Amino acid sequence: MEKRVTFNERWLPYLLVAPQIVITVVFFFWPSGEAIWQSVVTEDAFGGNTKFVWFDNFSHLLGDPNYFASVRVTLVFSALVASLGLAVSLLLAVMADRVIRGAQVYKTILVWPYAVAPAVAGVLWGFLFNPSVGVVAWLLAKISIDFNYVMNGNQALLLVVFAAVWSQVSYNFLFFLAGLQSIPKSLIEAAAIDGAGPGRRFWDIVFPLLSPTGFFLLVINIIYAFFGTFGIIGSLTQGGPGQATNILVWKVYNDGFRGQDLGGSSAQSVILMIVVIALTFVQFRFIERRVHY
Amino acid sequence: MTRILFSSVAAAAVLASAPMAWAQTEIQFWHAMGGNLGETVNEIADGFNKSQSEYKVVPVYKGSYTETLTAAIAAFRAKQAPHIVQVFEVGTANMMAAKGAIYPIYQVMADAKEPFDPKAYIGPVYGYYSTTDGKLLSMPFNSSTPVLYWNKELLAKAGLDPNKGPTTWPELGEMAKKAVAAGAKCGFTPQWQTWTLIENYGAWHNLPYATKENGFGGTDIELKFNDEPRIKLIQMMADWTKDKTFVYGGREGKSDTLFNGGECAFRIGSSGSAAGADKALGQDKVGMGMMPYSPDVVSKPQNSIIGGATLWVLQGKPKDEYKGVAKFMTYLSSTPVQAKWHQDTGYVPITTAAYEATDQSGFYKKFPGRDIAIKELTLNPPTENSKGLRIGNFVQIRDVVDEELENVWSGKKDAKAALDEAVKRGNELLKKFEAANR
Repeated sequence: MEKRVTFNERWLPYLLVAPQIVITVVFFFWPSGEAIWQSVVTEDAFGGNTKFVWFDNFSHLLGDPNYFASVRVTLVFSALVASLGLAVSLLLAVMADRVIRGAQVYKTILVWPYAVAPAVAGVLWGFLFNPSVGVVAWLLAKISIDFNYVMNGNQALLLVVFAAVWSQVSYNFLFFLAGLQSIPKSLIEAAAIDGAGPGRRFWDIVFPLLSPTGFFLLVINIIYAFFGTFGIIGSLTQGGPGQATNILVWKVYNDGFRGQDLGGSSAQSVILMIVVIALTFVQFRFIERRVHY
Repeated sequence: MTRILFSSVAAAAVLASAPMAWAQTEIQFWHAMGGNLGETVNEIADGFNKSQSEYKVVPVYKGSYTETLTAAIAAFRAKQAPHIVQVFEVGTANMMAAKGAIYPIYQVMADAKEPFDPKAYIGPVYGYYSTTDGKLLSMPFNSSTPVLYWNKELLAKAGLDPNKGPTTWPELGEMAKKAVAAGAKCGFTPQWQTWTLIENYGAWHNLPYATKENGFGGTDIELKFNDEPRIKLIQMMADWTKDKTFVYGGREGKSDTLFNGGECAFRIGSSGSAAGADKALGQDKVGMGMMPYSPDVVSKPQNSIIGGATLWVLQGKPKDEYKGVAKFMTYLSSTPVQAKWHQDTGYVPITTAAYEATDQSGFYKKFPGRDIAIKELTLNPPTENSKGLRIGNFVQIRDVVDEELENVWSGKKDAKAALDEAVKRGNELLKKFEAANR
């Protein structure tokens, strides 16, 4: 049977979608259009002396090794955040699903970090690991690990990854837990009767049935790593030391608002927009095929 | 809508409090001075508003320097700009380039027929913000310069005289090493490393930062700070990191926790940080002196350059309102206001008269060391290497220098490779600036 709703009034459907269209136009198409326009001009900070320069901003960007350094950092960072975030939260969700006594307490505690804004999470982690006053840094020094994220690029990257994962785990956890709870008990029981151990049951039944949730979370987590981690970078490292944590979205902000280079910054935004659209398209086109609904 | 609401509320408030003042013209003043500094700014505006009845300056705190500038730019584009906005010194060249947006101070004063004497201002403060032919572009407001601080307790523990600081870099190195040997966690740390170790080291040793009088003579310039003395200095510090004689605490003011927490024996930092250090360590525990110099480069130091911010006047308001702006600028530069600002905040006074008034009041006897900044600035008549910096895209260039220095501290690069790369990357940014503003 075909699912189709018919309207008696011709204008009613348009009216009903209008709010969504207006929001999309105002908050997506308009700013995107501005960004595309800004990316092909140069001007002074106050908007005077505007010159149309075709693709100069882009060619400048693509000839800049520092831009590719930032691309590399972003790829490493996103891969780590998405994979660690998904793995840890899946593990926690499976554990929490099996807990019988005090389950609510565990769940509440695991969801808690989501209430903390990314920027605040950054400050918290920065404080814990601060080389001169941080508790964790002090403990690490006790076992002779010299942890100084202000100076050491790899440690800084590790720290922002942990902070980003920590503030995203709750979100992933909730979805995984809901996914686990919607798996019919009868399937698992049947497998158990057939003699499948817990590991076998997880990989052959639970995991495939969780794949729609997992796929959705993968998309969300990669977008989160690309954009949502801005606050963490801003409050923890500001892209440094060197360019160790200078991810693309931070570079867009830094070049545009600190450096007042709106043309270069807009060119970066446009590229970033294309990349994310392409990435989401690829994910839906190719990975979704392997997902069982 | 908000504007109408705001002005009617303001009007109601004015009517209620001072029935005679209904014809006052409001002057919007956006600044980046939070906390105690912000309160002092409010006091200054209050003082001005009480001194006359025609104009009312309304100070508005807009966040950090970057946030304030961004807000002013957005407001200007929407034709809602404030009359006065506070911009940090590194934004000077970019502000100058925005020709249609700014109203140079010398012109504001001349158009309003307000008396104005350039000679009243302290040379390096005035020079940093004026054209090559001596016309002031923006009004100096909060200026500071780097000075040397030391922790007297840590020096005494190392068997050193706590009241006598080093005058040269080799001396500083020796003393810092002794302090570390005696148990200090850190010998020396810089604040605002790009400003203290690269820019001011250059001025202090009469070395150019960039060609064409550090950019005062034009925008087609090249950076010059990868010279032998500075490579040597940075390399020395890189070697110092191995035994904690040098500890890096982060960009801008992030190293404050190291010195104020009592870990470091020495730091070079803004003179504006004196009050904070006194508060954290106790006034009798903090020693202050002039920045050290390298005796193999010069036999005696030149003069230091300033940092901080100035007040820029923006275009686009009715002409008679700028009269009020000019009057406020005069009030701001007056001796009592400047002396109070200097003593309350630790920033340098912008006029010689304010410095003398402070001296006569016995302030420097009570707070020894607070006059070091001004002594450094006026040590010698400024040369073309030491009157200031006029660098386009300077915020980004500083970020580049910060990044490259961090590569040295972490051992990824040696000093020469890092400074060469910083100059190369900086020159790219300068080329871009020149092309955009030709």
